[in-house]
Amino acid sequence: MASNQIMFILFAAMIVVFSVLTVTSRKVLRAAVYLLFVLVSTSGLYFMLNYQFLAAVQLTLYAGGIVVLIIFSILLTSHINQKFEPVGWKKSLFSVLAAASGAILAIITILDHSFAVTAEAAREVNMRVIGKSLLSTDYDGFVLPFEVISILLIAAIVAAIVVAKKGGPGKPESETLNR
Amino acid sequence: MNAGIPLEFFLILATIMFFVGVYGFLTRRNLITILMSVELILNSVNINFMTFNRFLFPHKLDGMFFSLFIIAVAAAEAAVAIAIIINIYRRFTTINVEDVDEMKN
Repeated sequence: MASNQIMFILFAAMIVVFSVLTVTSRKVLRAAVYLLFVLVSTSGLYFMLNYQFLAAVQLTLYAGGIVVLIIFSILLTSHINQKFEPVGWKKSLFSVLAAASGAILAIITILDHSFAVTAEAAREVNMRVIGKSLLSTDYDGFVLPFEVISILLIAAIVAAIVVAKKGGPGKPESETLNR
Repeated sequence: MNAGIPLEFFLILATIMFFVGVYGFLTRRNLITILMSVELILNSVNINFMTFNRFLFPHKLDGMFFSLFIIAVAAAEAAVAIAIIINIYRRFTTINVEDVDEMKN
């Protein structure tokens, strides 16, 4: 077996095991750390697919940014040793049934469909290519989504400040402090 | 580096990740863990986009840019969601979805 196949099996096993642990762990901080492992293994998969830039974005933005944000909010909102009550067997059973039937249906469809894998030479993805296509207005340019995403990020920043600032939207400060 | 690994393996891996996220979304009762399940789902979609881009259209970059924009949207969504969660916690001192039902009454 080639070394890249061993690496793929390793990453796949890590992703499956740690995503199951993320959704079943009864301690919320542990669930966040398992999510971090999932995201790091996913960036490993991106490295295997030869998308180095996106793997770096995944590491910095997801593993570095979002997980830290989630851990901060966990520390702000729940006690560190708090354990969730176990999920009731009925809800657990039906959720497993729903998820498993969906997964089986999707996997059968994937295996049934024959994908036309091309042997075409891959385009080199370096920073120059990425920067040029992000700001180009040609056929394979992405300047419109780039500008839209910048407006979205501004809106998100403003929304986060307005929602989370003391008092909340349109609330006098004294009312929230008394609760 | 993807030689010898069929396209279907990546897709099946992403499918499993997606439905594990769906399971978490259905069973969790804490808002932050629900948000974590949503991140799992978004991440599995990203794997799909990248795999299709690499195996089926290697001369294009569309899948990569889709993933890039999904990551940006996910970051914005996480920031706003956590702002809302912290606001809910301030008001109700809990972030359990079953206890936050003021609009129902």
